[in-house]
Amino acid sequence: MLFEFALTFYFIAAVFGIIGLFKWTKVTSRLILILTVIGFLFHTANIVARYLKGGYIPVTNIHEASSFFGWCIVLLFFLLEYRYKLGLLGSFIMPIVFILMLSSSIFPREIKEVPPVLRSYWLGIHTVLAFLGYAAFAVASGIAIMYLLQERSLKSKHLGGLFQRLPNLQVLDELNYRLISIGFPLFTLAIITGALWANTALGKYWQWDPKEVFSLITWFIYALVLHLRLISGWRGRKASILSIAGFVIVIFTFFGVRFILKGFHVFV
Amino acid sequence: MSNSLHLKDSTSRSVGTGRSFNILIVGLNYKTAGIEIREKVAFDGGKLGDALDALKGVSQLKENMILSTCNRVEIYANVRDVLEGAECIKNFLSDFHNVPRFMLEKSLYVYTGKDAVRHIFRVAGSLDSMIVGEPQILGQLKDAFEFALKRKSTGVLLNRLMRKALSVAKRVRTETKIAHAAVSISFAAVELAKKIFEDLSRESFMLIGAGEMAELASRHLLRNGVKNVLVTNRTYERAEELAREFNGRAIKFDKLHEALVHADIVICSTGAPHYIISKAEMHKIMRQRKNKPMFIIDISVPRNIDPEINDIENVYLYDIDDLEGVIDINIQERNKEAQKAEKIVDEEIDSFLRWQESLSAVPTIVALRQKAEAIRKGEFEKTSRRLNGVGEKELKKIEALTNSIINKLLHMPTTVLKTEIEDKEVMVDIVRRLFGLEITSEIRTEEEIQDIRDKDLD
Repeated sequence: MLFEFALTFYFIAAVFGIIGLFKWTKVTSRLILILTVIGFLFHTANIVARYLKGGYIPVTNIHEASSFFGWCIVLLFFLLEYRYKLGLLGSFIMPIVFILMLSSSIFPREIKEVPPVLRSYWLGIHTVLAFLGYAAFAVASGIAIMYLLQERSLKSKHLGGLFQRLPNLQVLDELNYRLISIGFPLFTLAIITGALWANTALGKYWQWDPKEVFSLITWFIYALVLHLRLISGWRGRKASILSIAGFVIVIFTFFGVRFILKGFHVFV
Repeated sequence: MSNSLHLKDSTSRSVGTGRSFNILIVGLNYKTAGIEIREKVAFDGGKLGDALDALKGVSQLKENMILSTCNRVEIYANVRDVLEGAECIKNFLSDFHNVPRFMLEKSLYVYTGKDAVRHIFRVAGSLDSMIVGEPQILGQLKDAFEFALKRKSTGVLLNRLMRKALSVAKRVRTETKIAHAAVSISFAAVELAKKIFEDLSRESFMLIGAGEMAELASRHLLRNGVKNVLVTNRTYERAEELAREFNGRAIKFDKLHEALVHADIVICSTGAPHYIISKAEMHKIMRQRKNKPMFIIDISVPRNIDPEINDIENVYLYDIDDLEGVIDINIQERNKEAQKAEKIVDEEIDSFLRWQESLSAVPTIVALRQKAEAIRKGEFEKTSRRLNGVGEKELKKIEALTNSIINKLLHMPTTVLKTEIEDKEVMVDIVRRLFGLEITSEIRTEEEIQDIRDKDLD
C-alpha cells in the first residue's frame, strides 16, 4: 500500500505540475512541493520496509530499480528546490518521476530470494552510484527542456506566461552543466565498480553485454557534453539538446536493453 | 454630454435621500483635456495652498481637497447641494487660473454619489491612468491628501473616502498583477535582460551612440545593478562625456568590434544609415566570446544591426519594434488584470456607501435605541432573577422605571440628531463612536486604514 500512496501523491503532484505550465500561482508551487513531500515519505517507508524484509538494498528487480530511480530524482528535486527555488521545476521533474513509478508498478514486486551473484556489498555501491548519476542526468534533462522553452520564447519574441514563469537562461544553463558534471563522475564510478564486481563474481571485468555497451554509449555522450562545453564553448541550446539526448539513451539503457536485447543484467 | 447626464442621474438620487452631505468631484484629465488646458489649470507647488484656502472660503463646500498632476486636475469636495457645488468649483477654477469658463466647460467632468466614489477608487488603483497600473498616481494622491490634512481642509467624509481609496489601491496592488509587466522601453529591456542573465551586476554593458531613449534605458540598467559600462560614439568627446556620467569607460568608435567581445548587454542607437555590425562580424565576435550570451537592443531607426544576427545562437537581438511588441502584450496583460481590479473597486464601493448611508440620522437613532434597549433588558433580567420574593406587580414597576430612564436619557440626543444642523454627519459620527454603534464591521476597516496610513503616509 505504501507504494500506491506514493504513486498517487506523485501523480497528483505531476498533474498540478502540468496545470502549472498554463496557470501558475503561488498555491500551485506550494501544492506540488507538499504533495511530493508526502509521496516521498510513503516512498521512503516503502523502500525501507523492503530493505528490512529482504535484507538487501531493494534494487534487484525492475520494480525495485525503477522505484529507486524515481526516489533518487525526488531527493535531488528537493535539494534543488531548497537551494535554487526555480519556479516550475516540479512541472518538468514530477511527470518523469510519475512515469518511472508507473512502470515500476506494473512489474511483479514480490520479495524473492536474491540470486547468489547479487549477494555482495558491491550491489549497494554499484547501484546507488549508478542511480544517483542517472538521477542527476534526469534532472539535467528536465532543466534542459526548460532552457529550450525559455530560449525559444526569447528568440521568437513571443513572451507569454511561460516566459514570465521560467527562470533566466543563465541559471538553467549553469545548473544543467553542474548536474552533468556531478552525474558524470558518479556514473563513471558506477561503471568501474560494476567492472570490479563482475571480475570478483564472474571472473571477467567486461564482457560486452548489451547493458554494458549502452552504458558505455551513455558515458561517451556525457563525456562529449562536458568536453564540447569546456573546449568549444558548446553551451545553451546545443548543450541542452545533447543532455536530453543523453537522458533518452539512459532510459533506453534502463528499460530498452532489458526487453529488446537480453543480457545478464536481467534484474536491472 | 455624458458629463451632464452623470450629474442629473446622481443628483436625483442624492436629492431623494435628502442627505446634507454629498461627495462631488469636478475635474479634467488627459482624456478630456489637451496638454495646453491641463497646464493652465494645474496647481503647481506654491499655488496649491492658496487654492485650498480659497476653496475653504466657499460656503457651499464643507470639505475639499485638490489632486493636481500632469495628467489630471481634480477637486474633491463634500457639498450640501451638488448642482450649486459644481457651479462654485467651476467658477473657482475659472477665476483662480484666469481661464474663461467656456474654455474649461467641455473638458470638465462632474461625478457625484456612487460615481464619485468609483472614480476616486479607480484613480487610486491606477485604473484611470494613461498607462493602467503605473504606481505614481497613488503617491500623488497620498501627497494631495497629506497636504489637505495639514491644511485641515478635509473632514469626516473626505478623510474616510481617501483612506478607503488608499486601501483599495493597496488591495489592487496585492491582489492583481496589474503592475507586474513592463510597459516602457527601459523596463522591457531590463525585464528581458533578467531573463537572460542571472545577475546583471556581473555583466558588462555597452552603449553605442546616444539619444534620449538609449540614455534612459542605460540609466535603468545601471539602477538594476549593471556596473561595468563601456560607451562608444562617433564623436569621441561625446563618448567621454557619457562615460563620465555612467561611471564607465569611453571606447574609440573604430575599436567597436573588439570591445563587443567583452560586452554582454548592448544598446545601440546611432544615426548611421546602414548596419554597423554584420552577421559575419557577429559570428566572429561570438567565437571570441566562447558563445557567452549577448543581449543586443537596437533602438536606432534605421536599424544599425543586421536583424539576422538574432539567428546566431546565444545572441538575442531586439529592435524597437520587438520591444514595442513586448510592451503591447504587457499592456494587454495589465488590462486583463484591470478587470479583476474593477471587481475589487465594486466591492469596496458598496462597503463605503454602506458607511456613508449610516451617517444619516435615522439608522443611527435606531441603532442607538436598539443598543439602549438591549442593555436595559439585559440588566433588568439579570437583576430580576436575583430579586427573590418580589411580586409580579413590583417587577412591572421596576421595568417601567428602567424604560423611563432610558427614554429620558435618549430624548435629547434623538432630538438633536433629528434636527437639521450644520455638520450633521460629524455629529452622527460622534454619536456612533461614543456609543459604539455598528462598530463590529467598522473597527476592522478602521484598523486596516490606520495600518495603511502608518505604513504608507508617514
